[in-house]
Amino acid sequence: MKLKSIIAILTATFISTSVWGGHHACDYKNKEELTMLSNSYDAWKAVTNAMASCGNFTATLDKDFQQKHSDALAANPSLYDIVGISNGSITPLINAGTVRPLDDLVKKYGSQLLPNQLIKIDGKIMAIAMSVNNQHMMYREDIFSKLGISEPKTWSDVLSAAEKIKASGMVEYPYGGAFKSGWNIAEEFVNMYLGNGGSFFGSGNAPAINNAMGVKSLETLKKLTAYMDPEYLASDSTYAQKQMQQEKIAMGVLWATRAAAMDNAEESKVVGKIKMVSAPMGDARPASSLWWDGIAIAKNISDAEAEAAFQVIMEGIDKEMVKANNDKAVWLIDGYKAGKSAMGAKMTADNGAVPYPSGTRMGAMHGALGTVVPDFLTGKKSAKETLAAIEDAYIAKAKEQGLM
Amino acid sequence: MKNRDFIFFVGPSLVAMFVCIAIPLMFVLEQSFFVNKKVYKEVEVESCVAGFTGQICSVEMQTKPQLDEKGEIITQKEFVGLESYERLINFDAVKKAFWQQNFLELENVKFFSALRFTVTFCLITLPFVIILGLVIALTVNNLLSSLKGPIIFVSLLPFIITPIIGALSIRWLFVGDGIITAFLEWLTNSNISMFSNSWTLELMMILYRIWHVCPFAFIVFYAGLQTINKEMLESAIVDGANRYHRLRFIIIPHLMPLIVFVSLIHLMDSYRVFEEIIAFSSDAYVISLQWLTYDFLRLDDTGNRYISSASASSILTMIGISILLYPLIKKTWNDYREGKL
Repeated sequence: MKLKSIIAILTATFISTSVWGGHHACDYKNKEELTMLSNSYDAWKAVTNAMASCGNFTATLDKDFQQKHSDALAANPSLYDIVGISNGSITPLINAGTVRPLDDLVKKYGSQLLPNQLIKIDGKIMAIAMSVNNQHMMYREDIFSKLGISEPKTWSDVLSAAEKIKASGMVEYPYGGAFKSGWNIAEEFVNMYLGNGGSFFGSGNAPAINNAMGVKSLETLKKLTAYMDPEYLASDSTYAQKQMQQEKIAMGVLWATRAAAMDNAEESKVVGKIKMVSAPMGDARPASSLWWDGIAIAKNISDAEAEAAFQVIMEGIDKEMVKANNDKAVWLIDGYKAGKSAMGAKMTADNGAVPYPSGTRMGAMHGALGTVVPDFLTGKKSAKETLAAIEDAYIAKAKEQGLM
Repeated sequence: MKNRDFIFFVGPSLVAMFVCIAIPLMFVLEQSFFVNKKVYKEVEVESCVAGFTGQICSVEMQTKPQLDEKGEIITQKEFVGLESYERLINFDAVKKAFWQQNFLELENVKFFSALRFTVTFCLITLPFVIILGLVIALTVNNLLSSLKGPIIFVSLLPFIITPIIGALSIRWLFVGDGIITAFLEWLTNSNISMFSNSWTLELMMILYRIWHVCPFAFIVFYAGLQTINKEMLESAIVDGANRYHRLRFIIIPHLMPLIVFVSLIHLMDSYRVFEEIIAFSSDAYVISLQWLTYDFLRLDDTGNRYISSASASSILTMIGISILLYPLIKKTWNDYREGKL
């Protein structure tokens, strides 16, 4: 190949990538060197790409960002200027005081923001929310209508539908979900337990889950596993999403951020077949919890950097970005049009799902749930034993931290 | 070697071991007796979070750590004695198991479940690694010299692969829709899920480890075989010794120090079994002692690590390794004193 043609190809590649990657135009020319750490799903890719169009910006997208961000922001100067967080992962940063109040910056540059986007803690704006998220039901409309099953509204609907689907043999496994041991299975329990009307703590940060609602939540989870791929304890959100896309499962309660991928013809075989509805009802409310995703700015950086960072964030979560990526999340940003893929998340919220009860003690509880709940599902412990063991594990953690 | 030369050779390494191993170990030991508690305070927090249609504002009592004037979280160091060990081992459960002669119950305590797996893992893989390593070494030693180079290279490959990568590729081969699982399912017309039983997981881990470590044993034994006195073997043949006799009475005794060496290294390595647990996401079914320590050190959702528990777990792991290695080290020491080494 001649040098000329190589150059021609290279130029063509560069032009096409810049067309694909950088079509977002930035009105703010950033001069500070800025870095960002966040989770890695599609919504974050969209936002960080838009931010990158302002120049001098590098983002690290990592699904294990929570293992890094506390220490990284505690450093002085902070290792990242900007962090992508959720209502769960912001807790350690608020506790350690490593993110800064944004009131002044909002006043100066944040005219585009809707009131709902301003996350206020103790009266100060500590983060800018960009989207909301929850886990809700997604099911194969084609299979359900063929078998004459109506939309599952409660967990007993889900289980009887699963039985019928299993009998029909239309898919390998009727149900799928993010049941991976650790954080994911703990989140499943939290959802069930909240759905059954439970609360996690008594007085003095003592655990209070060893009750009938706890038993019922565990039992519902176990009944579901009978209809799942036996390797469910290794199945995270991405695995469950792929099972749905590859026609292996007929329904599942999955994260709203995964909804748009079902209609992505490049990776999904079920385009147009998935219906998004509310998370099934527990005894009190939908078995789900409300989350938000948002952006905060580190405290240990200079004010000039923070000012630049805020303006870059405003470019990242502007109308133009939302228009180009409308279905990638349930955006809170002006200009968002709730489409088909957002219906499940909306219905779940309308049915009365509550926010995830994030906080210091909930962190310890979530960890305890993640290691002990699998013992019930694998049959090592009875429901009562499991709940007692979760409380023990929580107390051990709480004592070592100083919470109790 | 003169004593003086010996000290000059060994000295730097002793200093390095003291600074990099002994001192940190003392810190770990100390940390296992203390906890660093944060100072929490119940505060009323008014917060507004994003809802679907509008903000959800609430006032609630939250437990928040206190910050000092420099903005750092205030912590208090508190002596807890053996409390962290007690939490790990759960003495009550041990007593109960002894009284009722029911040691299976102990599997419910994470530490003992991890100990059980770790020890069986070490003891099962060890003989396979030694015997297979020896067989490969003897086979390669008897090959045509033109074939030796390529065969050695190929045999070493499993050992060169980064452990976590090797374990991940095994996972992808055997997971629900993996190539090998799909093939076995087609062959047996059944539904196989290797990652949903503890015994299948343990079997895969053991097979993977043997496959991974055998080349190490092989290359060490192969080197040892090059040092065998050929004349001795030839005279043994003249005396009528068959293959088995030569192996039993000349080759194995000659390689014995190397066998002890490989066993020591292998036991130390496999007692710290960890990559397999992560790569196979087996923690719901099978955990190891090293994983237990790691789990304490992982940040939870509120940015906490459990240093004291992790330290106690490391100290117990170290005691365990020492007990496991004791017979081998004693043998080496005796051989040394009897002048065999």
